[in-house]
Amino acid sequence: MIHSLFLINHSGDIFLEKHWKSVIGRSVCDYFFEAKEKAAEPEDVPPVLQTPHHYLISIYRDRLFFLSVIQTEAPPLFVIEFLHRVVETFQDYFGECSETVIKDNVVTVYELLEEMLDNGFPLATESNILKEMIRPPTILRTMVNTLTGTSNFEERLPSGQLSTIPWRRSGVKYTNNEAYFDVIEEIDAIVDKSGTTVCAEIQGVIEACVKLTGMPDLTLSFMNPRLLDDVSFHPCVRFKRWEAERVLSFIPPDGNFTLMSYHVNAQNLVAIPVYVKQNISFFESGSGGRLDLTAGPKQTMGKTVEGLVITVHMPKAVLSASLTATQGSYTYDPATKVLVWDIGRLNPQKLPNLRGSLSLQAGAPKPEDNPSINIALKIQQLAISGLKVNRLDMYGEKYKPFKGVKYVTKAGKFQRPACVAISHFST
Amino acid sequence: FIEMLDSNKDSLKLEAMKRIVAMIARGKNTSDLFPAVVKNVACKNIEVKKLVYVYLVRYAEEQQDLALLSISTFQRGLKDPNQLIRASALRVLSSIRVTIIVPIMMLAIKEAASDMSPYVRKTAAHAIPKLYSLDPEQKDQLIEVIEKLLADKTTLVAGSVVMAFEEVCPERIDLIHKNYRKLCNLLVDVEEWGQVVIINMLTRYARTQFLNPNLNECLLEEGGESTFYGSDADQDEDEDEDKKDEALSKRKPYVMDPDHRLLLRNTKPLLQSRNAAVVMAVAQLYFHLAPKAEVGVIAKALVRLLRSHSEVQYVVLQNVATMTIKRRGMFEPYLKSFYIRSTDPTQIKVLKLEVLTNLASETNISTILREFQTYIKSMDKDFVAATIQAIGRCATHIGEVRDTCLNGLVQLLSNRDELVVAESVVVIKKLLQMQPEKHSDIIKHMAKLTDNIQVPMARASILWLIGEYCEHVPKIAPDVLRKMAKTFTNEEDIVKLQIINLAAKLYLTNSKQTKLLTQYVLNLAKYDQNYDIRDRARFIRQLIVPTDKCGALSKYAKKLILALKPAPILESPFKDRDHFQLGSLSHLLNTKAGGYQELPDWPQDAPDPSVRNVEVKESVPEWTKCSSREKRKEKKVEKPFYSDSEGESGPTESADSESDSASSSASGSEQSGSGSEESEESEERSDSDEEEEEEEEEYMSLDVLMGPTPSPQVTPVGNFLSSSLVTDLEGLSLTDTVLSPATISPSGSLKSYELLHRITGEGLWVEYCFSRQPFLPDPHMVAVQIQFTNSAATEAKSLRLEEAKLQSGMRVKEFPEIEVLPAGESATVVMGVDFCDSTQAANLQLCTHSRKFFVSIQPPVGELMTPSFMTENEFKKEQGK
Repeated sequence: MIHSLFLINHSGDIFLEKHWKSVIGRSVCDYFFEAKEKAAEPEDVPPVLQTPHHYLISIYRDRLFFLSVIQTEAPPLFVIEFLHRVVETFQDYFGECSETVIKDNVVTVYELLEEMLDNGFPLATESNILKEMIRPPTILRTMVNTLTGTSNFEERLPSGQLSTIPWRRSGVKYTNNEAYFDVIEEIDAIVDKSGTTVCAEIQGVIEACVKLTGMPDLTLSFMNPRLLDDVSFHPCVRFKRWEAERVLSFIPPDGNFTLMSYHVNAQNLVAIPVYVKQNISFFESGSGGRLDLTAGPKQTMGKTVEGLVITVHMPKAVLSASLTATQGSYTYDPATKVLVWDIGRLNPQKLPNLRGSLSLQAGAPKPEDNPSINIALKIQQLAISGLKVNRLDMYGEKYKPFKGVKYVTKAGKFQRPACVAISHFST
Repeated sequence: FIEMLDSNKDSLKLEAMKRIVAMIARGKNTSDLFPAVVKNVACKNIEVKKLVYVYLVRYAEEQQDLALLSISTFQRGLKDPNQLIRASALRVLSSIRVTIIVPIMMLAIKEAASDMSPYVRKTAAHAIPKLYSLDPEQKDQLIEVIEKLLADKTTLVAGSVVMAFEEVCPERIDLIHKNYRKLCNLLVDVEEWGQVVIINMLTRYARTQFLNPNLNECLLEEGGESTFYGSDADQDEDEDEDKKDEALSKRKPYVMDPDHRLLLRNTKPLLQSRNAAVVMAVAQLYFHLAPKAEVGVIAKALVRLLRSHSEVQYVVLQNVATMTIKRRGMFEPYLKSFYIRSTDPTQIKVLKLEVLTNLASETNISTILREFQTYIKSMDKDFVAATIQAIGRCATHIGEVRDTCLNGLVQLLSNRDELVVAESVVVIKKLLQMQPEKHSDIIKHMAKLTDNIQVPMARASILWLIGEYCEHVPKIAPDVLRKMAKTFTNEEDIVKLQIINLAAKLYLTNSKQTKLLTQYVLNLAKYDQNYDIRDRARFIRQLIVPTDKCGALSKYAKKLILALKPAPILESPFKDRDHFQLGSLSHLLNTKAGGYQELPDWPQDAPDPSVRNVEVKESVPEWTKCSSREKRKEKKVEKPFYSDSEGESGPTESADSESDSASSSASGSEQSGSGSEESEESEERSDSDEEEEEEEEEYMSLDVLMGPTPSPQVTPVGNFLSSSLVTDLEGLSLTDTVLSPATISPSGSLKSYELLHRITGEGLWVEYCFSRQPFLPDPHMVAVQIQFTNSAATEAKSLRLEEAKLQSGMRVKEFPEIEVLPAGESATVVMGVDFCDSTQAANLQLCTHSRKFFVSIQPPVGELMTPSFMTENEFKKEQGK
């Protein structure tokens, strides 16, 4: 299926290539570069391109293009999903996925790619299995390796491929057995000019960190599973058990993984935790404009809003901004036209405000569109949908594990252009 | 490098190999090092060895002779007692693209295909397409290997061998028959990538083997006759008297093959996969194979994918766009999910717009138009242009809003952005063509625009409009031509052509005022640089200007040029794309990609379904199965882990796991009772759990859960009895009868009782039986399976139960209301009754939309009890209590 892979950086240099069948010359990438030239933004490069002899399927992530070459019919999503899996594996191994990191670990990267595909068909994509064959670099090991001249590979033969459960390595041992589950939710809302919510939905994921000895069989149940409108699972979850009983029954992979992601329907009225009053206007003369932003809490269920960051995408004509913030700090990048206001913790007694003037490019017409606003924030100890984990049971092993559930909060996006606004945020 | 590679120290060799691999990765040529590297293929150090393999696979093709030196190492590896070494030797050997070793590879693959280790067999499956691409003449031999591996029962092999099948012999659909049911049952446990390949292949398979479930609808749509059912039955009688199958279809127009149902049922849970490719594969399977009423389930899953990476969105939206043309209703509830965000990349915006346009209908058009209005204010001009086009399309399809749209577009003509104006002009032109007489104002307005607007396409559109409808604007038209004649030489080609057209049309209608102007324009065109324009001018002149040699054509000039032109139909570019299998590359590109397998049309008559029957090697009578537990336990080791545990994990799944194990292991567990799987479970669990628990678990092995079950697993979950569960049960009984005709099928052994006679029920016929399945929502209840058959001529609506007079302590869990039961159809539901251990009848009220019937369910004693397996000692202990 997948014939070759080229990694291309932002400026268009191919810095890594891997072929799983016979070698394909780099010139095939020229078609891609042509399309890249045409596209205004890197995101606008069509993911699937047709060339006289090949098809190019690419993804853009972390400012890198992962370009795969295929020769015959193959489901495009199959290839795209695989490429994303490659990126995730790199992130898992090296902490990030950037040109520098890939170049520094080029041998490991090559080994990984070799294991992940055989003749263009995925072979081992589960991190548990890969890690057993190719150890991720750690600072300690890198030092030991340089001193002793050994490298990352396992001395003994891996047994992971042979495990009956493809995502869990066998022979896992821990002295402290623990299982943590983080429920992370994000609100995605469209707010209209007057500030009323047109529609809103909640996206959630359950990230798990499971460090348990042996072959534990876990069952996780919810207090209110009916909240969940749509779910998708890690392959370890037994579908039928969910369908019948609404419990998650699974033998977990070892380490970190996303157990499930879910969607809570908009009909359960979503409370939006903050509001932003915006007033951005430009003078008719076209020389400048005024900006006035105020943020305040709305429904936070008694919890504190933290890490509040407001991002405004300014019209192209805005040259610079001279503003004063009552709280936090702001930056304006004249190249990308993005104004970032980092507020931090939201104090309900004293609402943060950012105001000042904007200067426009001379001679430019008055910008007509009200800029869109993104809001990122965090609320600890709150799952906005109200989803609650009921209990976690373990079978198959005798020890008593330490179990923990956190309703962690992560930053998301909340966006509201003036007319129809789109907002995401996460709690 | 060579020195380092030749050294005795592994660390030096390793360092050298690392540097070499890094160079390969950067695309540098290191082929000159081949001899030095290949020497190290036998190196003891695994790290070095691995890197040498990487090098070898990369350069073997270029250095064939030298590569042969390494072959013996791999041949030795193939015989190694360690399965991993065998597998990796085969993997590398088969990756070396050197034609001379084809026979060696063939031999190695054949041997590996019967290896003990499933992992080695998987590697063999992977090697098949490699060898095939190296030497296609080996096809026949390879097909034999594929056939052998297709029969493999492990999930590890299934995905890989189907991949090989698809690459080598996708046309040999006959190889699938015997393995069809096994593949369906294993599917949920195959790794994600294998699932995609298997599902795509099975879609094609199903298209050749089963009947179109929507055939009736198709005919109905075409014929538009409501008397269809009757006439069909008549025809059947005339034509197909001999055929048994047809006799069946006389009574029921369409009966889904149980194997078809099996496929739909077993793929559905995969809509919940985290892998977008798997979800898409299931979605396309449902789109191409499922009855219309069931396709809807995929919409939610596809909408979920829209929250994924933008590349995933791109592909999914393309497919959704195609689907929305065929089945708009499916995505209508999710309209808002396709609303555009200002952060979306332009290509995503345009696709979403396409979907929104396809979804537009009389009911939602106002919402959509309001949404479109906001899009027009976007900064992204390409997107604004696409929005204007979309408005145009909505206007052509939905007559009610045509005027509103037109007015909106006309307002846009005064927009500051020229591109917006230009796009509006083009769209307005198309709309005006539908009813020009009503809109001469707009035409006048547009004529004025020619002074300002510069975009060629827009100018050309205006000119065409004025020419076409010059009789509506008799005063302005000659004036426009005058202005255009002045600027003719500076215009773009498409504008010039339209100037010529305008001139010709005016000449024919109003020659008095425009004769000279036309001559002038034609003369200018005669010397134009573009030959198209010169040709056009020459042609027009001959046609309209009467000369001595007046050709026969010029008599018809008016007819030719001023003919009534049909209004353009604004169509979605995604129309008719569904002849490509959805989710495929070919569909996305709308051209056939190399290696694309056509999705065949449904057959007229179903091919013989018995080809899929698999001989059951062993069948254990129901009551001896418990004693064979030990035996089964041994077998279990070979079975894939999860298909088992799927079955074990809960009482409901026992139903499904029966069919799983029936084909995958033929262990005789296809017995009617759910006990077999359950008891396996308790065994496995009790290995590690305390003694006490063991007893509790034994309780689980009861056929009908009556007593209290303290098992921690069964958490009663309110009134959750999804309808899918019911279909599962229903499908099960069908499958089982087909799967193992030799054994007692559950449905056969269950006695049905009549709940409502068809005469008393006025055509509604209700039967019930005790399904002997545990009733999930409440373990105290007995599951009662009720089958409704509507033999009346009209559909029955809102079938539900109401409790009438229950004995004290008795409780009933009603089935979910059946909203509509069409004539001739039947439906099965499951309800739970707690009889309180008495044999008193449960008196209930069965309601339809129009009537109420008093019915009662009387349990025979046997149905209230549950068979339980226990040792003699346990029995005595229990008896002693």
